[in-house]
Amino acid sequence: MRVTVRLFARLRDLAGAGELVRDVEGPATVQTIWRSLVAEYPALSEYEKSMSVAVNTDYSRMTAAVSDGDEVAFLPPVSGE
Amino acid sequence: MQALAAVVSGEGDGAVATFGGLVRDHNLGRRVLFLEYEAYEPLAVKALERIVAEAGEAWPGTRVAVHHRIGRLEIGEVSVAIAAASPHRANAFAACRYTIERVKQIAPIWKREHFAGGEVWLEGATADPDNAAARETAYKTACA
Repeated sequence: MRVTVRLFARLRDLAGAGELVRDVEGPATVQTIWRSLVAEYPALSEYEKSMSVAVNTDYSRMTAAVSDGDEVAFLPPVSGE
Repeated sequence: MQALAAVVSGEGDGAVATFGGLVRDHNLGRRVLFLEYEAYEPLAVKALERIVAEAGEAWPGTRVAVHHRIGRLEIGEVSVAIAAASPHRANAFAACRYTIERVKQIAPIWKREHFAGGEVWLEGATADPDNAAARETAYKTACA
């Protein structure tokens, strides 16, 4: 199946792209997508504990299932002070 | 800000509190040149709608409007504007304060500081709308 990955702010800088289309083996979770992304861009791993995730423009969790055509977003910590 | 105030206030309101977040010229000892804001727009709109609903729940009869700009903003420009109207001032102030605290916690909006000598993404909180402790912190700050 095919998913669109969205990366923002420093995550986007680290990967060098804000939007990636990836084919993954199903069944997959957000965690599956993240692992393959980190394999591709190891620098992203520093965000594993601090980031948030979204599926189809709603906040989600790493354990959430991902389906063909979904948009999965990885979000670094937000603006803060 | 006046436009936002007009949107939320009606004849039954005795108070409208407004807040404007500004781009300041210094941060952490650095001279700031300008800021660049980025958002995950569809999720940001949902997060702001959620925050407005939370404020309405916490202070019934209070209405809140919030607007956040993105892109490059110069020193002195307003980055975020909030207006909260209520029959009485205490709730208007509290709802206004609560809204900005929650925006900082859960709105998927990032700022990149361009300063004299470099640039850096400023990162604060891990956004988690379901984090009850964070919500409680915002509520307590609003009522302090």
